[in-house]
Amino acid sequence: MGKTLAEKVWDDHVVAKGEDGNPDLLYIDLHLLHEVTSPQAFDGLRLAGRPVRRPDLTIATEDHNTPTINIDKQIVDLTSRTQIETLRKNCAEFGVRLHPLGDIEQGIVHVVGPQLGLTMPGVTVVCGDSHTSTHGAFGAMAFGIGTSEVEHVLATQTLPLKPFKTMAITVEGELRPGVTAKDIILAVIARIGTGGGQGYVLEYRGSAIRSLSMEGRMTICNMSIEAGARAGMVAPDQITYDYLQGRPHAPEGVDWDAAVKYWNTLPTDDDAVFDAEILVDASELEPFVTWGTNPGQGVSLSESIPDPAQYADPNDRAAAERALEYMDLAAGTPMKDIRVDAVFMGSCTNSRIEDLRAFASVIKGHQKAEGLRVMVVPGSARVRLEAEAEGIDKIITDFGAEWRFAGCSMCLGMNPDQLEPGERCASTSNRNFEGRQGKGGRTHLVSPLVAAATAIRGTLSSPWDLVAEGVAPTRPEAVATHSNSIGVDA
Amino acid sequence: MEKITRITGIAVPMPRSNIDTDQIIPAVFLKRVTKTGFEDALFHAWRQEPDFVLNRAEYRNARILVAGPDFGTGSSREHAVWALRDFGFDVVLSPRFGDIFRGNSGKQGLLTGQISEADASQLWALMEAAPGIEATVDLVDRTATLGNLTVPFEIDDYTRWRLLEGLDDIGLTLRDEAKITQFEKTREAWRPRTLPAR
Repeated sequence: MGKTLAEKVWDDHVVAKGEDGNPDLLYIDLHLLHEVTSPQAFDGLRLAGRPVRRPDLTIATEDHNTPTINIDKQIVDLTSRTQIETLRKNCAEFGVRLHPLGDIEQGIVHVVGPQLGLTMPGVTVVCGDSHTSTHGAFGAMAFGIGTSEVEHVLATQTLPLKPFKTMAITVEGELRPGVTAKDIILAVIARIGTGGGQGYVLEYRGSAIRSLSMEGRMTICNMSIEAGARAGMVAPDQITYDYLQGRPHAPEGVDWDAAVKYWNTLPTDDDAVFDAEILVDASELEPFVTWGTNPGQGVSLSESIPDPAQYADPNDRAAAERALEYMDLAAGTPMKDIRVDAVFMGSCTNSRIEDLRAFASVIKGHQKAEGLRVMVVPGSARVRLEAEAEGIDKIITDFGAEWRFAGCSMCLGMNPDQLEPGERCASTSNRNFEGRQGKGGRTHLVSPLVAAATAIRGTLSSPWDLVAEGVAPTRPEAVATHSNSIGVDA
Repeated sequence: MEKITRITGIAVPMPRSNIDTDQIIPAVFLKRVTKTGFEDALFHAWRQEPDFVLNRAEYRNARILVAGPDFGTGSSREHAVWALRDFGFDVVLSPRFGDIFRGNSGKQGLLTGQISEADASQLWALMEAAPGIEATVDLVDRTATLGNLTVPFEIDDYTRWRLLEGLDDIGLTLRDEAKITQFEKTREAWRPRTLPAR
């Protein structure tokens, strides 16, 4: 019997096979660090007198806590500053490369790894952050770990783990114009639930996935954890190689050739068997948004808020009732009637250059809705520079939005970028949990295109609503498909 | 890590589903660089509500949490486990757990037992009938007993063994250090490598 992509990558990293129900010892090719989940791990090493085994397979950046304005000034929040300074001290003491605030390679850890070409097919990647699943877009086995595991990897470059089960999520067909990778993954999560992927690695397959850009694939793999799966993967192909080749850490010359030869062996064999399979028809998907307080509570933008009474499962019903109370929403309200106070464009889900281009293509020439707060936060310092070279910053500031420096920002509100209690936000991030973006804040997860259209109209909207109103700069048939972009003649 | 065999203590019902790690401990508390002192951060937003279960006097010394399905989903923050431990919890029982949370728990001596939804409902009913009632969780037998009701729970053999023995993972792994070194010798040149620290 053949093997799946996940099984191939796993098997090639087993240092010691677990016997009698014990876990395998898995080798880790790349360990990414940030300031929040690493200080206690370094403390553990110090207490035990252990070094970092492979600083040459370890890299750190500052992202969760960093301010997105006044980055040349001292961090105001003392505990944030202490945490950042602790990372700097630890990296210096243990010999780990760090990209601090102000460095050209600083940014969200899941934007930085792929951008540097460190993330590549067939490798294992871990980070003390659940959205490490992002890197699976390259055909890597990538998953989030806790601080004890961070310490474990620092000390041993391995992790004891039991193999994940495998689930195929096959997305066939062509996406309609204005429907993006974000809509695919939100629809998948709504279908399988926040626990549906527990214990699995998800492999995204099918023609709709194959035609996505690397940015789109990263968006999808990023939110695997929101379906409960620690990892999501896409088999590498020419799109992967084209993205990777020439990046600072990508292999070169004979190493590149050897790598490609190996990478071409990674896609799931035709006779491999998945433990579970889900089929999604891409052509039926519409822009998807959440109404509740977990990422599985979503509907198509053209639909209305479901009635909790329609849920057969009492847990789901209670969760829906509580979510509507927290979100201050009534069952039966059309999603498009929901007015927002803020729009957040950013996060490791949607802050790469293609996401910013998509957002800019819709808002260009418009003014943001009256009274709305719109914040655009690029994923990395390099993405910010790239966007500025393309004039995207000008489009954003002309629109009336704030153009910030790179970081996790309002995705989780660890820095000052937070919602006020009761504020409602359309957010391109990944979690709509209670208080996630600030205590009492209310989050609707959306794609960059929906974020942009919402920022113009003030209510949850798709670019099609602009077209219908005759205010969009393009005719419907000119709107491109199957990526995070919308083909506006900008 | 201390060895665990049997834990007896006050059990607290929390039947909500999808108690994510942002609810267990909000991100603002993750700025600390220590591993202890998180008890006040546990369920911080909910504890502002006077009728939240952990605000009730009879649950002040709770050690066993019986939660709804999908407990600990979301962020990888081990702070969620530290906060539960700091408050005094030794056990969480739930029909389903977030994978990363469950892994983190096993590293910190927090026993996570998976129970059926029907058993969870029965346990909640008993707890609500007698607030502050004690339960006994037996890791050897993999059972939880509350009054006359005994329910089985699942935990994987490896985690159970480590908890029973109180073993440290890194020490266990380093017994295989020769194998790690051997594996590293076969690592291909194309695989990623970072730059030295500046």
